Amino acid sequence: MTVASNPSPRTQFAETRLVRKKHRSELIAKCFFGVMAAAMVIPLILIVVHVVKQGMPSLSWEFLTTNPRLGGIRGGIWSAIVGTLYIVTISLCVSAPIGVLSAVYLNEYAKENWFTRIVHLAVVNLAGVPSIVHGLFGLGAFVYAAGMGKSILSASLTLSIMTLPVIIASTKEALASVPVSFREACWNVGATRWQTIRRIVLPNSISGILTGVILQVSRTAGETAPVMLTGVATFKAVEGTGLFLYNPFTDQSMALSMHLYYIATQANNAPPSLPYAIATVLLSVVLLVNASAIGLRAYLRSRKKW
Amino acid sequence: MSGVQYSITARDLCLWYGKFQALKNVDVKIQHGLITGLIGPSGCGKTTLLRCFNRVNERYGYVTTTGEIKILNKNIYDPDVSLIELRKSVGMVFQRPNPLPISVYENVVFGLRVHKERAALKKSTLNQAVEEALTEVGLWKDLKDRLQTKATGLQLEQQQKLCIARLLPLKPEVILMDEPCSALDVEGARAIEELMFELKGRYTMVIVTHNMAQARRVSDECIFMLLGELIEHARTEDMFLTPANPKTAEYIEGRYG
Repeated sequence: MTVASNPSPRTQFAETRLVRKKHRSELIAKCFFGVMAAAMVIPLILIVVHVVKQGMPSLSWEFLTTNPRLGGIRGGIWSAIVGTLYIVTISLCVSAPIGVLSAVYLNEYAKENWFTRIVHLAVVNLAGVPSIVHGLFGLGAFVYAAGMGKSILSASLTLSIMTLPVIIASTKEALASVPVSFREACWNVGATRWQTIRRIVLPNSISGILTGVILQVSRTAGETAPVMLTGVATFKAVEGTGLFLYNPFTDQSMALSMHLYYIATQANNAPPSLPYAIATVLLSVVLLVNASAIGLRAYLRSRKKW
Repeated sequence: MSGVQYSITARDLCLWYGKFQALKNVDVKIQHGLITGLIGPSGCGKTTLLRCFNRVNERYGYVTTTGEIKILNKNIYDPDVSLIELRKSVGMVFQRPNPLPISVYENVVFGLRVHKERAALKKSTLNQAVEEALTEVGLWKDLKDRLQTKATGLQLEQQQKLCIARLLPLKPEVILMDEPCSALDVEGARAIEELMFELKGRYTMVIVTHNMAQARRVSDECIFMLLGELIEHARTEDMFLTPANPKTAEYIEGRYG
């Protein structure tokens, strides 16, 4: 059978001018987006390399394990590391349970009505509040009104308030990723909501929940403004180099972020490599925590299949 | 009682999703031990009616229901009815097989774990329940050595049978099926249909289906619904050979749907 109206078979599927033009814009688009993606990576590498290189002269095992001296410009940063550890741990111990449980309530129990809409709105807006405002709030609420004074506890609670909305949002997302069909299966054999949550929903969303919580560690460790106002000192002399340097209920502490800010902007006569060394430590902590979050998620994911 | 026993008796049942009325004054009696097919075009309220029978509708959002549904002579809309106990007696099988992401064994005993005190669940009781339920749905031979594998990794047909097996340890009165074969291939569909014949007599089954041929093959009685109303309820042969209502006839012949 012949197809009369078609061009000769030789030119049948050949490139036309329009197709060439399409190819060209395709190529341009691909390169442009690729460059943009690379532009994300380059600053990160530059920052890390620059910071580590500048900080090298001050970095040593001794730097990590001894306490600062002379107002922080000499000696190590051990007490600041411990302070950060305290603050991060306490604030997560408060915000993780509250955040996860309220997200479970919002996602699994609450019906759509004006009350839950207000809660959602509050969560979203709370996440957008600048950290210095959280600091002011903490100063008013915990330090003065609740009478906790400037202490590790006040600083930790302030950071808890700051991380709560993010934990709620990430937990809700993790819960929502559990297929509805699993819930249906449970309801239809007469499982209560709690049985459904405990036996099916939580075990299948725990990886996402934990990842969300762990990622807040790095944020908590890096914040300066809120803790500066509520319980972290620029310099604090402590005895010894163990883990129990502070009483979290009464003492102020040092913290890596604050120490970095202080040394970089306020302290005179500090060796020029010192702030970079502190930054290196802070970066390592953050990267380490993020890496462990990714590792944990990969591990938990590998165990679930559907 | 005149020989005929009814598992489900609905009277003057109306249901609204918000302002939209999805069921209009539905009266229906479903006989014990039979397979009753629910047919009708999309959006006619088949699935809604099915979901009324174990009140799982109420988990999907705001619904208002009036009228009554009696199951085992008890109005399930009475205030003293526990939804948990109701759903124990009235289980549901879904379009897409939805085994839980746990082992085959745990899937079958899930209902028992949910309903019984932990002390009442001896290992031997559970083992026996698993063997009985899987034998009843014809999976025991294939799966008895793989009870600890994840149920979500089974073939679809096996998954669907497992979903039926999951209901059985609770000794349900009624099994509701919402297009149980539409995600399966021909072989799988045939297997599920055969299973339904096996279970007939012991359980009352209500099956929603879009597939006329399937309704004709499996059901003893058929209910035709249109726009939230029950148009016709008759023995399947009668409905397909001599439909009483012209709308039924047109639907069965495929003039709309």
